[in-house]
Amino acid sequence: MADPMKIRATLKGDTAEIRILMAHAMETGQRKDAAGNTVPPHFIQAMTVEVGGKKVVDGHVGTSVSRNPVFGFKVKGAKAGDKVVVSWVDNKGDKRTDEAAIA
Amino acid sequence: MNTTRRTVLKSATASGVLAGLIAAGALRPTQVLAADWNKAAFEAHDVAGALKGLGAGASADSKDLMLRVPDIAENGAVVPVDVVSNIPNTSSISILVEKNPFPLSATFEFTNGALPEVSARLKLSQTSMVKAVAKADGKFYTAQKEVKVTVGGCGG
Amino acid sequence: MKQRLVGALCAMAVAGGAFAQTPKKPAAKPAPQSPPAAEAKDAATLEFEKFRAEMEDSNPAELFEMKGEEQWKTKRGPKNVALAESCDLGQGVGKVEGAYVRMPRYFADADAVMDAERRIVWCMVEKQGFKFDDIAKKPFANANFTPDITNLVTYVAGHSRNMKVAVPLKDPKVHEAYEIGKEIAAYRAGPYDFSCNTCHGSDGKRIRMQNLPNLSTAKGAMSGVQGWPGYRMTGGVMLTHQWRMGDCFRQQRFPQPKYASDAIAYLLTYMIGNANGQVYKGPGIKR
Repeated sequence: MADPMKIRATLKGDTAEIRILMAHAMETGQRKDAAGNTVPPHFIQAMTVEVGGKKVVDGHVGTSVSRNPVFGFKVKGAKAGDKVVVSWVDNKGDKRTDEAAIA
Repeated sequence: MNTTRRTVLKSATASGVLAGLIAAGALRPTQVLAADWNKAAFEAHDVAGALKGLGAGASADSKDLMLRVPDIAENGAVVPVDVVSNIPNTSSISILVEKNPFPLSATFEFTNGALPEVSARLKLSQTSMVKAVAKADGKFYTAQKEVKVTVGGCGG
Repeated sequence: MKQRLVGALCAMAVAGGAFAQTPKKPAAKPAPQSPPAAEAKDAATLEFEKFRAEMEDSNPAELFEMKGEEQWKTKRGPKNVALAESCDLGQGVGKVEGAYVRMPRYFADADAVMDAERRIVWCMVEKQGFKFDDIAKKPFANANFTPDITNLVTYVAGHSRNMKVAVPLKDPKVHEAYEIGKEIAAYRAGPYDFSCNTCHGSDGKRIRMQNLPNLSTAKGAMSGVQGWPGYRMTGGVMLTHQWRMGDCFRQQRFPQPKYASDAIAYLLTYMIGNANGQVYKGPGIKR
């Protein structure tokens, strides 16, 4: 099972700054393991961010995103307490959804 | 992203129906949320192919598209990239790494108050041009900057 | 003192006999040094620093901290006990606040000077009933695996964020450990006739792009302490200060010290003790 994300959402004026840490290997399919075998690609392909029930970011991702991805977004018109929901799914169908409240 | 499908996904996951669908072969798991993953663009081996896949045939450099990357990366495995678009009506931002085996790194669509900006961290296989592409009112704008990748010493 | 040093060094020789078999060349006279360029930072270093704050602010280390917190608070092991209800890191049972910056310290129940990682391992063995050998078999993270102990250390370290390092050097046992650590740092051996101090004992040294801190000064020692446990960009793995010590020996072509041994605890006492009074910023991010 995928490990939880860490989501931090803080309000600056009327804009929420959202910072997301994801736990994922983001294997490119180019790397070889210690035994010399190519490690098959395993990476997040899609992610969404919702604030207060509305989708604000629809993202698609390739293998060049670093292992344990970090993303930052800003959303205008957000309020303290609004729920931020982040979801991702990878190329093997593993997925994860976590949420945080805007502070 | 197809809203209906996502709604189905959510309720299906909750009820466990989805597992049944997958087991029955009705749905391959990768088709679920990532169905819109732009295979043509993400699997293109060069920038031109990736841009074509994104539908960005013609594009112009824009000073209103800010790309912030280090001149020299401390580690090519984790290169911080910030993109901010000041172009009115920017609806999406894509980031490409020219010299990577698959240059397209990520693409983001912004709706419902999301500002057209993103920060991310990318792998650079070697010294390369990093390119940001913004879409606004159906037109494409670009900004690019080179990042040098070096070999480092010990564990810090 | 001398005898304890020899004992500690012998404990490091996991590969067994590697020391003795290596013919020792006479120590080469150190080459005259060009004036240290350490203070005048080069463009590359300045460029790295521009992104430092941002990298540290959004550090995947937090993912491991989060996992460690859960593991600290969960009843685990053959004895089904939580560390939160059984492990004393020197600040009282279960208390993590400020514990990391006050270690290594002497623990009477173990009759040993212990750094944070060694102490948590001790708790896992004594309180939770885990087997030391199982933990020591794979003590550090790799691409596919992060040991629980790494998460736990990261969690504990996160609760000393922005606190001053305060190793209790006045404690005679800790002071003795410090002195032995100092000798280990200066001990030259191995195929290159290196000691820790060859790279980390004076100012202005670097390996490729990396400036090497002088561990005998408070500031230098702190830059060797700062950021550990650290999220290593190379490989994207979380690694502890214990790992870092072992890796220094690997790079000296020494046999690596035993995991959670006296030798590492003493070295850490020397190094972290030298950093007393400096502010620790919590788990870091490393190249």
